[in-house]
Amino acid sequence: MSYIQKPVAYHPALKKNALGLTHRDYEGAMSTLCAGCGHDSITAAIIEACFELDLPAHRVAKISGIGCSSKAPTYFLGRSHGFNSVHGRMPSVTTGANLANRELVYLGVSGDGDTASIGLGQFAHVVRRRLNMIYVVMNNGCYGLTKGQFSATNDRTSPSKKGDPNPFDPIDLCQMAIQLGAGFVARSFSGDKRQLIPLIKAAIGYRGFAFLDVISPCVTFNNHPASTKSYDYVRAHNQAIDKLDFVPEESEITTDYDEGTSVAVTLHDGSRLMLHKLDQSHDPRDADAALMTIRRRAAEGEVATGLLYVDENQQDLHDVIGTSPRPLNAIPMAELCPGSAKLESINARLR
Amino acid sequence: MSGVNDFVCKFATVNGSGSASANTMFAKTVFRMGIPVSPKNIFPSNIQGLPTWYEVRVSEKGYLARRDGIDLMVAMNPQTYREDVAEVVPGGWLLYDSSMPRQWPREDIEVLPIPIAAICARKWSDPRQRQLFKNMVYVGALSALIDMDLDVLKGVVADQLRGKEKLVAANLDAIALGRDYALTHFQCPLPIRLRRAEGARGKIMVTGNRAAALGAIYAGATVCTWYPITPSTSVAEAFEGYVKRLRTDSDGKTLAAVVQAEDELAAIGMAIGAGWNGARAFTATSGPGISLMSEFLGLAYFAEVPVVLFNVQRGGPSTGMPTRTQQSDIMACAYASHGDTKHVLLFPSDPNECFSLGAEAFDLAERLQTPVMVLSDLDIGMNEWMTEPFAWDDARVHDRGKVLDAAGLDKALDWGRYRDMDGDGIAYRTLPGAHPDKGAFFTRGTSHDSFARYTEDGRVNADNLRRIARKFETAAHLVPKPEVLTRDARSRLGVVYFGATQPAVLEALDDLEADGIRVNAMRIKAFPFSPEVKAFCDAHDRVFVVEQNRDAQMRALLMIEAGVDGDKLIAAVNFDGMPLTAAFVRSTIRTYMGPVKVAAE
Repeated sequence: MSYIQKPVAYHPALKKNALGLTHRDYEGAMSTLCAGCGHDSITAAIIEACFELDLPAHRVAKISGIGCSSKAPTYFLGRSHGFNSVHGRMPSVTTGANLANRELVYLGVSGDGDTASIGLGQFAHVVRRRLNMIYVVMNNGCYGLTKGQFSATNDRTSPSKKGDPNPFDPIDLCQMAIQLGAGFVARSFSGDKRQLIPLIKAAIGYRGFAFLDVISPCVTFNNHPASTKSYDYVRAHNQAIDKLDFVPEESEITTDYDEGTSVAVTLHDGSRLMLHKLDQSHDPRDADAALMTIRRRAAEGEVATGLLYVDENQQDLHDVIGTSPRPLNAIPMAELCPGSAKLESINARLR
Repeated sequence: MSGVNDFVCKFATVNGSGSASANTMFAKTVFRMGIPVSPKNIFPSNIQGLPTWYEVRVSEKGYLARRDGIDLMVAMNPQTYREDVAEVVPGGWLLYDSSMPRQWPREDIEVLPIPIAAICARKWSDPRQRQLFKNMVYVGALSALIDMDLDVLKGVVADQLRGKEKLVAANLDAIALGRDYALTHFQCPLPIRLRRAEGARGKIMVTGNRAAALGAIYAGATVCTWYPITPSTSVAEAFEGYVKRLRTDSDGKTLAAVVQAEDELAAIGMAIGAGWNGARAFTATSGPGISLMSEFLGLAYFAEVPVVLFNVQRGGPSTGMPTRTQQSDIMACAYASHGDTKHVLLFPSDPNECFSLGAEAFDLAERLQTPVMVLSDLDIGMNEWMTEPFAWDDARVHDRGKVLDAAGLDKALDWGRYRDMDGDGIAYRTLPGAHPDKGAFFTRGTSHDSFARYTEDGRVNADNLRRIARKFETAAHLVPKPEVLTRDARSRLGVVYFGATQPAVLEALDDLEADGIRVNAMRIKAFPFSPEVKAFCDAHDRVFVVEQNRDAQMRALLMIEAGVDGDKLIAAVNFDGMPLTAAFVRSTIRTYMGPVKVAAE
């Protein structure tokens, strides 16, 4: 049995957010992943981000596919509905859920196998449809749950634990997301929560398709010295191109920012992102430049992290297809069913 | 036997030549004259240039099944002359375009030559018009030959081309040219002809796919996610059309979302996501789509998510005959997906039932928290059927099933997503966002306990599977009961049928009775089988199971799921892709009975 209820222990000194909730209220069941798994750090970052945003957990829907990553939603936001669907199909389930009720926050959790192999088609199309969701890939370059086979994001230069070479070039999901029209594209590292938490908060505040590729080492199968998805490698080669401050809607910006090195981005809900450029050649609002930055860094063996690309004015799927602003699952049947008189006129046209 | 208001007329044309609208106008005119009519479009999987046929059966008695033996062939396609002429019954007629005159190899039919291309060439200079109006010239000629009511025909043309007045005038010109030619050159009308009648009064003409879409509208469906595939595409397209007409707010925003998915996997995945989140959602597909959707159907079955699927069946296996009809997905749908999986199926017999059962499917899906598949086929889905008008009871309450809202959760003690509180196998579900700290659960395709928690305890998983089986037993009492037609309570002969074969079977029962054989009949409307299904089989010694697939899939399902003795179930299968004829049913039963037995009856 691998479901372990986490005992809920409240300490009077625990910090409370605006909703009067503590971190405990944002936790889920006990993780059953390997000790030291990067995914657990991402789980912790999601909990922290939701806590800090004062997010009512029941207004979040967590949806995943299959794999170690897709088990992770069990371990956070126990007060949210979750849906652990089938392999590679999280995007379609999330799309349908969002069509039914556009008012919830949709947090999709996937892995590199789930997204870059079996689910590549659904990934491409959910980006293209600009679904208003946060799509998190917990990216470890391997199939953990089936014991360490290469995934499609594993670098060509990165052999297996046993030393077998990887013969194929990796799929870069951030580049794909930018090319396919994602409005918010970020890459981060599970070991860098100071970068990751603001990115998650910003992704939640963003209306449109927000993509977060988080390098998340697999301690059991892909954390060896030759791996490019190991803790040591990513720490050594992580090149943050910007530093992000997420400023909630009602808050004032208190720090002075240098116009030349900082970019302010206003989101639909009124919250703002303050981006401090660490790489002066990078403009996060220029898709071509973002692609260039990712490629140039990758060619040097580095991993460009941070908010790589953002489009402040993206329309989401509902805007594009023109659905009602009301949640479709809450419209009374009396409004949906045209009734018998209307049916009589439909019959008349078929005579 | 053919004669006034009783004949079959067939149009052999080339697809993409504009014949479809002319043929439709022909059938609609017969219908508006009050005569029962049944057109069948026999078309290629192609857009332009291949042979296509349109068969129209006219039957004052109201027999709507396809009938072999063509009384009047309109042969407009030289590619198929040889087979078209062979189909005409002795004493029948063949109308053809004699602009290029030819000798026909049969003495026993009457040939009606009309220089259609030459007539059009004299009238119109534009090559496209010359081509297009050829179709209306033969309709005009037929109006004289079979005595169509000219005013009714003109009314049909005006309705069909509403808003295109110039086109109406040109079509009427073409009709006049054909009509005048026929009146001048032939003895009009022919012995096979039309006469105003009452059999079609009050009825409507509609395709099953349009009716299914309307059923979804009336059921309150708000999410339609689909992937194009013949012959189901027009379900989603019709739904989208109805959303524009019936579900658009004053601000132009729609009270439904229609999304064309990237494939069938995504189409069903989206519908399941929407169903999970409390919207009434559906997809429409055909055979290959069922194969692709199977994994997701298993998830929805096991995680207990309501979703409706319209399967407009076509010829299989594999890509098969995409533009021909079959009932060959019975097994694939009943047991779609791996593991112990079973699904609720509904079998509409005509467009009227595509509407009524289509709407009911949504109630059943939410009541049972499981996928419900509506199995029609290409014949019902894409052909225009004369059927009873749609009816809706405004007092009807949509059954949204067992859903706990915030107030319900506050009252519920020890709520568990998969706990069977009522003994019917159906547990209470909750929707995301309903309550700040109650009712959240983790929907999963992995083994789970009654609180939706992952478990690897085999006994807990077995208990859950037993409960879902119990739910299926509940389903057997909720789905529509079969329709039983008793011709003779003493008869030991029965026939079981479902779906599009209804007109052929009903006609065959009349013919058999005329032969002195009285057969009782049962039309299955749903799976799992109501108790009445087995009772009917038990009450008869020999039961013919009529179906349109090679392997007698419904017969097998009756044996497996209703426990009917296979020895008494006689397969009557036709799988050539064409709508079934009464002659097939009659001859199958007569052949089985043998000449001696028939005499003895």
